[in-house]
Amino acid sequence: MNLQVNGAEFQFDTGSSIGQLLKQLDLHPDRVVLELNQNILNTADNINTQLHDGDKLEIIQFVGGG
Amino acid sequence: MRLFLFQRLKRLIKIRLNEVPLDIQQNTSIRQLQEQQQLDADLMIVNGFPTSADYLIKDGDLVIMIKRGAMPSANELEALMMARHTPGVHARIAKSRIGIAGAGGLGSNIAIALARIGVGQLVIADFDQVEPSNLNRQQYFIDQIGLPKVIALKENLQRINPYVKIETFNGRIDPHNLTQVFAGVDVMVEAFDAPDQKAMLTTTHLQQSPDCPLVAASGMAGYASSNSIQTRKIRKNFYLVGDQITAAEPGQGLMAPRVSVAAGHQANAVLRILLGEDPE
Repeated sequence: MNLQVNGAEFQFDTGSSIGQLLKQLDLHPDRVVLELNQNILNTADNINTQLHDGDKLEIIQFVGGG
Repeated sequence: MRLFLFQRLKRLIKIRLNEVPLDIQQNTSIRQLQEQQQLDADLMIVNGFPTSADYLIKDGDLVIMIKRGAMPSANELEALMMARHTPGVHARIAKSRIGIAGAGGLGSNIAIALARIGVGQLVIADFDQVEPSNLNRQQYFIDQIGLPKVIALKENLQRINPYVKIETFNGRIDPHNLTQVFAGVDVMVEAFDAPDQKAMLTTTHLQQSPDCPLVAASGMAGYASSNSIQTRKIRKNFYLVGDQITAAEPGQGLMAPRVSVAAGHQANAVLRILLGEDPE
């Protein structure tokens, strides 16, 4: 399936979950803000949420420091 | 004959002295005005700039006479602070209420910038105490070590501008208390240190208060170029400051200059939002 992640097209295994995508991108689920098709999701509650062809994701990663 | 009389009469001009409207005679000097008003003052300010005792006051001048070290009244201070602002800006800032989550390197600097521009109300939350390691970048002093940060910061802000209303919350912010602690804010600022806390606050705020602008920060450790720190619009009402890469980690600490640059970006983004400008 094709996903759009932060504006770029990604090929990804059909039926993959949000957790699998984050793992592939080497992102820590606790440290991201996740927008799926314009909706802000609680990442922890949606680790097993399945992605679908054409889904648009915006992933904002936070790094430490302040 | 009439004209002659009119010219001989001393004309009155309208000024404001220490924020009080006053009619005085034309060609009055600052020194004469001080003597007439019997004011104990040694700092004379006209239209926002220090001036000499010989200055001849003009119609419409805003004159402030204060004694050095003495506490100006709220109106006097407002007039003095306003003088350095673009006209019309001050009124919009003064009635605003801004939330700041985190009172560390970002939050303490942001709060001071916002107090200096005369933001009306600040709501500041932090669970931590001032520690010696904070002093490398955070706006605290040695004699404040051990104090809750929100108490220490409130003290410091009140020394800068005692007329800012400051609410503090000495505790941890979570998805259940965020909206309650920061009720009614015009702009919300994320100024945490830990990345999971930053993500938690941002997710919660975007879900629960999508109409309230949020200014968050990510990536300001080390001493890379200041110019890599930017303000970006991520989505409607969500702005992110930083280089988005440089994490605080072993070998790459947090240092005052770059943290201050990011805090300055955040404070200016707040100001621009208040004034109806795009922060990006």
